[in-house]
Amino acid sequence: MLTQEAHNVVLKTKNLSIGYSSKKEEIVVASNINIALKKGELIGLIGTNGIGKSTFLRTLTKVQPPISGHVFINNKSLNTYSGLNLAKTLSLVLTEPLASKNFTVFELVALGRQPYTNWIGNLTATDINAVNNALTEINIEHLKHKKCFELSDGQLQKVLIARALAQDTDIIILDEPTTHLDMYHKARTLKLLKELAKNTNKTILFSSHEIDLAIQLCDEMIVMTKNDVVINTPCNLISSGIFNALFPEDLIAFDETSGSFKINKNI
Amino acid sequence: MPNKKKHNIVFVALILVLCICFFTNISFGSVAIPFKSIFNSLIGNTLENTAWNHIILQYRLPKAVTAIIVGSGLGISGLLMQTLFRNPLAGPFVLGISSGASLGVALVILGSSVFGGFFAILFASKWGIVLAASLGSFLVLLAVTLVSIKVRDTMAILIIGLMFSSITSAIVSVLSYFGSAEQLQQYIFWGFGSLGNLSWQEIVILSIIYLLGLLISITTIKSLNSLLLGENYAKSLGVNIKKSRLLLITATSLLAGTITAFAGPIAFIGLAIPHITRQIFNTTNHKTLVPAVFLIGAIVMLVCDSISQLPNTQFTLPINAITSLVGAPVVIWLLVKKRNMLF
Repeated sequence: MLTQEAHNVVLKTKNLSIGYSSKKEEIVVASNINIALKKGELIGLIGTNGIGKSTFLRTLTKVQPPISGHVFINNKSLNTYSGLNLAKTLSLVLTEPLASKNFTVFELVALGRQPYTNWIGNLTATDINAVNNALTEINIEHLKHKKCFELSDGQLQKVLIARALAQDTDIIILDEPTTHLDMYHKARTLKLLKELAKNTNKTILFSSHEIDLAIQLCDEMIVMTKNDVVINTPCNLISSGIFNALFPEDLIAFDETSGSFKINKNI
Repeated sequence: MPNKKKHNIVFVALILVLCICFFTNISFGSVAIPFKSIFNSLIGNTLENTAWNHIILQYRLPKAVTAIIVGSGLGISGLLMQTLFRNPLAGPFVLGISSGASLGVALVILGSSVFGGFFAILFASKWGIVLAASLGSFLVLLAVTLVSIKVRDTMAILIIGLMFSSITSAIVSVLSYFGSAEQLQQYIFWGFGSLGNLSWQEIVILSIIYLLGLLISITTIKSLNSLLLGENYAKSLGVNIKKSRLLLITATSLLAGTITAFAGPIAFIGLAIPHITRQIFNTTNHKTLVPAVFLIGAIVMLVCDSISQLPNTQFTLPINAITSLVGAPVVIWLLVKKRNMLF
């Protein structure tokens, strides 16, 4: 049973400390992070603004080095991955706007195949197949020939997820995929991620401020507070009362029965 | 895909237009030569009129070849810069490459009176100018790149490029204050740009460096496509950003630097051609854009050169003025009509 569990672990951190180091000083954002993410799971990463969610994701994706400790992907240290090998294992959906929106949807999703294409980027039949499958999986084939600047924010987010899917990696990491979206599309996007994790057996990690939606949809959640980084199922997290430690309690409080935050009416 | 088929048709059309422009360009000049004789001469026959023979083979043909190299090279370097800096206004001119070259040339031509000695010897040869221009453009581009690693904001980089231009033009002003009238004239003539002053020997040197730059550009096509997503996305797709950046800058300074060195600063081609190409091809894939920019750049340059010849007159207008007259309205049109210059 235990070995089965270990076999399922795709991404693991060991005594990880994250932060920024310069010649003068070392700013540790969070330390002693020990988490394990399994296959086919949807994991939400939550915490207040400035707590270090982005730093954590940047460390996991090798954009910046850890202060100390290790990140393992498929039981191999992150340091041993070349840029290209990492691109075949881990794909990203970022918050930053695309530099160019002149892509057609097909062109954009096809860029996800770059780690597999030859020196000039020719798409083989396998690549085109993977792109079409990704479009079908996300249900956006009808947008195939549209330009990205013609899309709504919600549609563009789907296209970016399709691009990550076409990259065919074990792990997909999304940085705040629900910003700029309305209530419906927030729920829609997270539900889509849930289905993807289940159908494709990929590990999907996303950071978000939509705590109530994440509680309802995630298999596990990583909660970052000032003192600790905790990973557990939403149910266990609720009963542990950690959500109340998330924010200063003067304005909003977590309501365990509804699983959401309520304005403190006493003030 | 239907798109691909359409592109192929446009490519064939462009190649035909290029051939026509090439032939037309050679046909026009201060001396009227019948089309038939030009055609005969081009396919290798020796004409009875030796003067015509000389004009075609030693003057007009090298000029047309230079026009193709200059137009395509500047166009491609503009495309590389626009994608690298992800800014539609980037181009060899805006980033200060041309002003770097100008500074180098000014130092050699005008500085010889100020500094004497070493510069005076360099000044003696045309190669001195070529070397100075290449070195100047490379150094400025290097400086802009170093700044761009520190400053993430692409808008700031463009402004820094403009500041470099101001600094160099200020130095040039100071130098010209001390230079003699003769030297000043020589510098100003270099600044007009000229396609016609190159001998075959110089064209061979130019084409070798140009081909090298072209070759490097072709190897960067794949990373250019992902760079359009942004640097972080490109990195997540396995692109080695540092290496790509270095390759792109090297290719640009080889192309734009050497062309400016040989033909003088030619304005607006580097900026406008990529935009015209995107209007025609409507794609972001550099596998299509690079050859398309090559063809359109060559065509536009041949046309501009034909115009500057003022057919069958003794006058030749400065090529730089013609490219500005063609290029600037294109940029304005793009901004007004398309609102934002998508790239």
